[in-house]
Amino acid sequence: MKIAKTLITAAIATLAAGAAMADLTIGVVLPLTGPASGLGIPMKNAIALWPQSIAGEKLKVVVLDDATDPTTGVKNTQRLITEDKVDVIIGSAATPVAIPMADIAAESGTVQLAASPAGLPPGKDKWTFRLPQSNGVMAYAMVGHMKKQGIKTVGFLGYTDAYGELWLKDFTAEAEKNGIKVTGVERFARADTSVTAQALKLTAGNPDAILVVASGSGAAMPEKAIVERGYKGKIYQTHAAATRDLMRIGGKDVEGTLVVSGPAVIAEQLPDSHPSKKLAIDFVQKYEKAYGPGSRNQFAGHSYDAMIVLEKAVPVALKKAKPGTKEFRAALRDAFEGMGRTVVAHGVLDWTAQDHWGFTNETGVMLKVVNGDWKVE
Amino acid sequence: MDISIASILMLDGLTNGAIYALLGLAIVLVFAVTRVIFIPQGEFVAYGALTLAIFQTGQVPGTVWLLLILAAVAALMDLATAWRRHHRAAPALQAAGRTLLIPLVVCGLSFWAAPHQLPLLLQALLTICIVTAFGPLVYRVAYQSLAGASTLVLLIVSVGVHFAMTGLGLLFFGAEGFRNPSFWDVRFAMGPLNITGQTVIIGAASLALIVLLWLFFERSLYGKALRATAVNRLGARLMGISTQTAGQLTFAMAGLIGGLSGLLIGPTTTVFYDSGFLIGLKGFVAAVIAGLSSYPGAAIGALFVGVIEAFGSFWASAFKEVIVFTIILPVLLWRSLRSGHSDEEH
Repeated sequence: MKIAKTLITAAIATLAAGAAMADLTIGVVLPLTGPASGLGIPMKNAIALWPQSIAGEKLKVVVLDDATDPTTGVKNTQRLITEDKVDVIIGSAATPVAIPMADIAAESGTVQLAASPAGLPPGKDKWTFRLPQSNGVMAYAMVGHMKKQGIKTVGFLGYTDAYGELWLKDFTAEAEKNGIKVTGVERFARADTSVTAQALKLTAGNPDAILVVASGSGAAMPEKAIVERGYKGKIYQTHAAATRDLMRIGGKDVEGTLVVSGPAVIAEQLPDSHPSKKLAIDFVQKYEKAYGPGSRNQFAGHSYDAMIVLEKAVPVALKKAKPGTKEFRAALRDAFEGMGRTVVAHGVLDWTAQDHWGFTNETGVMLKVVNGDWKVE
Repeated sequence: MDISIASILMLDGLTNGAIYALLGLAIVLVFAVTRVIFIPQGEFVAYGALTLAIFQTGQVPGTVWLLLILAAVAALMDLATAWRRHHRAAPALQAAGRTLLIPLVVCGLSFWAAPHQLPLLLQALLTICIVTAFGPLVYRVAYQSLAGASTLVLLIVSVGVHFAMTGLGLLFFGAEGFRNPSFWDVRFAMGPLNITGQTVIIGAASLALIVLLWLFFERSLYGKALRATAVNRLGARLMGISTQTAGQLTFAMAGLIGGLSGLLIGPTTTVFYDSGFLIGLKGFVAAVIAGLSSYPGAAIGALFVGVIEAFGSFWASAFKEVIVFTIILPVLLWRSLRSGHSDEEH
């Protein structure tokens, strides 16, 4: 009995020491189940393609499932910080989960690379950097396109969650700046079986265009409802809908839909002058080699980009401190802020102390669904 | 709001309401016979829609594997029970074989049919067989040994079964949603209304099923046995009615209704692995309006829920669910004022 006890104690001690001595530890919190699992799963797939080490430091990646639930996300973040002693936290891909996670990360002084456009009040995002394009950057590209088309009024049909809310805020601001009016605002949830009523109300106002804010395969149903009401104007979708599920479910009803997207999804169609072209093609080739042709999507690209920024920032931070320490985490934060112009698969990132969003306004690309495929507008 | 908008909303509400009605009926049925508040009823809907969607892609749906595993577990449980009773191999094996027979036939058919790209209707039929076969197995594995327990225990088990089925749904179907092809691709224009073939099918199928249920309970011996079990379990058992068979039969019917609802709703919306819960919950609201006891009450309650939902989405889309689930409060208040405390369990 005594021997067993000693052995167990020794084993725990070794494990604890092992954890303390482990090289660079990355904690990942992603929605692998629940409504946003369509976003989290491709990110996890892309993480599996990461290299074994960064700048000579062995990589230890801990992936936890937040079930698209903010409470679980927060609990997992705490676990990563207290038990796994992670150096950096990546996640979540669901906006409502990423926002409360930021508090925990900031309390412990750990950098969070949010994989969703998490809107935080000024000062609250000191430790949070975003991998996706901000809704504002995407709205910029979208409103620019609308302006060219001569659109004056837009109806809004979006999720009843933080993603829908943030888009409404950013889009309305950008649109008003350009003299475009948001005439109707309607909401729906992903699990809704019908959005006929909302479509009815929006199309009754007959706006020039309707913006649908939804993600993944949930984006097709509201658009079909609008088309079934006989709406003839233009329909816009956001970058969370830039996946092939839109065509798979929407079929011919989504023909001509205008989708704003990061450049990674349409790597081959980018002009040669586009700074991200090389990296985007590299990402698409690596990802589709592992998961089959046509499997690329926006969120897998974020995992790929996370590795690029880490590879740039970690060597800088290593000069100041060893991984696993408070100093290293602080040095990593400073390295992200000071890393300057960084080309990633999704555009050009430029994080500074004032701006933790980073993508420049040229990032958003407008795509059109033509014959069941993407075409750059 | 003018008359044409109101009529479109009405049609939309009644179409969804017809599906909620089916689920409400199934929930009332299961509760009446077995006292199980069957929260996972909605999961059968998702399983039905997604199984057909996978058949459409020419692959073997994950539900078939799940069915095999579940059948094996149930057969082992039957084997153990029979062995404990008789201590002879023959009856034990016989009991296990009886449990395995139908799932094995259904699975065999599915494996054969999947790559053949059969016509939509045959695939739909096979889908219904698969989902129906789940019913008795779920009852056998999760509820049968607890049949005498209190409603609360059965409710807790239901919550567990719901989470297990949702999780397995994610494992077998993946995170992305599917939309099934319509069974009847036509449109009739009636003034402002645009009635699709699927709407007609939903209405007709719901009505037909309600009539069939009525015939089953009024005219058939099995139906009468189920009603007897619902009224008094002990009395029914004294009359030679097996409450276990009654439970399995009830769950088979719940599976059938759930699978059918899934096929009906599949072409009108995108179904995800976890879509069933909310759909089932609305059926549950309808069943609660009927006090978990009246079939016509549940059907009318479901249509009411559907219409409230449609009008709620029109006026205040952000608060739609709030509106739908709040109507349960006045109903409960009215019920508790009217009936006092006589309904408590003895």
